[in-house]
Amino acid sequence: MSDKLTAANTLRTALIESVKTENPTTKTYRFTDKQCAKAKPGQFLMLWIPSIDEIPLSIMNAEGASVSVTVKAVGDATRHLHGMKRGDTIGVRGPFGNSFTPNSGNVLLVGGGTGTAPLLFLAKRLAVKTKRLSFIVGAKTRNELLFLNQLDPLCTEQPTATTEDGTYGLKCLATQPLETLLAIVKFDMVYACGPEPMTSQVFNLTEKHGVPLQASLERLMRCGIGICGSCMIGKYRVCRDGPVFTSQQLRQVKDELGISKLGFDGNRIPL
Amino acid sequence: MNSNPLNTRLAGLELENPTALASGILGYSTESLQRIAKAGAGAVVTKSVGLTPRMGYPNPTVVQANCGIINAMGLPNPSIAEYASEISFTKTVIKVPLIVSVYGYSAEEYAEVAKTATEAGADAVELNVSCPHVKETGSEIGQNPKLLKQVIRQVKAAVRKPVIVKLSPNVTDIVEVARAASAAGADALTAVNTVRAIAIDAETALPVLSNTRGGLSGPAIKPIALRAVYDIYEQVKTPIIGCGGVTTWQDAVEFMLAGASVVQIGTAIALHDPAVFQAVNRGVTAYLKKKKFRSVKEIVGQAHRS
Repeated sequence: MSDKLTAANTLRTALIESVKTENPTTKTYRFTDKQCAKAKPGQFLMLWIPSIDEIPLSIMNAEGASVSVTVKAVGDATRHLHGMKRGDTIGVRGPFGNSFTPNSGNVLLVGGGTGTAPLLFLAKRLAVKTKRLSFIVGAKTRNELLFLNQLDPLCTEQPTATTEDGTYGLKCLATQPLETLLAIVKFDMVYACGPEPMTSQVFNLTEKHGVPLQASLERLMRCGIGICGSCMIGKYRVCRDGPVFTSQQLRQVKDELGISKLGFDGNRIPL
Repeated sequence: MNSNPLNTRLAGLELENPTALASGILGYSTESLQRIAKAGAGAVVTKSVGLTPRMGYPNPTVVQANCGIINAMGLPNPSIAEYASEISFTKTVIKVPLIVSVYGYSAEEYAEVAKTATEAGADAVELNVSCPHVKETGSEIGQNPKLLKQVIRQVKAAVRKPVIVKLSPNVTDIVEVARAASAAGADALTAVNTVRAIAIDAETALPVLSNTRGGLSGPAIKPIALRAVYDIYEQVKTPIIGCGGVTTWQDAVEFMLAGASVVQIGTAIALHDPAVFQAVNRGVTAYLKKKKFRSVKEIVGQAHRS
């Protein structure tokens, strides 16, 4: 274990092999990295943008020796990354954290914004072993809906799309069709990744309907290996004990889920 | 009175066992300190807290080295004013001694932060006079015996709890600094903080850490820390806390044989999770039994007998 972690944590560089523009705010980067290529859905990596920053990113796909991450431009680091091209050098540490546990039977995935990326990776692994694979994809507006075309063949019915402004699919939050589906189908597992207010609501609904949930959480991260304490939620380190948490674990962090997180100075701040 | 061979004392603190969480590791929140205490640490040391909040440095703040980790977090902390309530709350849920790590930019600041920390319930303070990567505090104080004495005296005058001083290995003669700290009234000395280091990436030809330089911790610095403890024990009477690369029970035993009463564990948590405390304690217990010692206190400084 320790040798494995040390190897994962050793920084290596890679060349960006392709940049795909998913929509005006989101791009997918592919590069070769043998270690992250072995990642399981739900794991993340630390991506070094030389001279700028190092940020945690969910792994969107791992195939052969190739790894992909999907990044929305939201801050200095991600905007800088959006300016990088094929052939530019990035640094990589990882893969880190636990992963989603694949379930059989009826499963439902709920992705919000770029949170859909690790769930697409998961859906590829789930498609072969589930009876029913349903997917709800939510975004603010039409052109921010991710991966609908790739998800379609993996799902047993057409993925449900929601937009907050009603420019595509249902005009509502992703949690609205979730409530409807939970009422009519007996799901064996729900998987969620997205903005925390969404995840928190998904948790409340799955609890109400007695369906187990695995949700991927996000916190400010520094070390990625469970020692710095920057990403705590309750007693858990999101980078090491997570990022995927079960219903049972989420019940223990209800006071923080969707409510607060630790800021850069370690002070608790509203989400 | 008690038969647990791991029970020990340090600067007036009663410890169930001779292991403690090193400062800077997982030490912000009550829940994380509680988790470490439950995992078997005999005492916990918080992250360093100062008078005003600090955001710390941008990432990368951590980089892997051979047999160790280099970090330059930049002393992120919410300020003692904010943190005081967390100290008070932590005291209500953990049974082991709570040691608050303190830094400042002047003797007055150290004293003020230490005073607030102990008034909030800290069982002791550990003065971080050895952070290698923030200017005008930390090791700039710990490398200057005169300034160090001033800081310790001022803190001692302000608090009634034990004052531990964490020493920097980045000095020509650590014994001289230890002697100064001891003369100024330090109740215990922690040896050592991280060793100044740098990581450079060949491909980009750039330093990796955003702060360029950082501090090396982990197995790579164990022999350096062990030598520091050995040298200090020989010359200074103040109790010593060994810190630097303790990963296994053998490491802990070696530090105690060199003269440490207690060992702090930090980086090993990355390699072995908080379970490392229990593993070390079990190993030390077995060692004491095998060597027919009744108490862990008996092995402190044993390597000096020849």
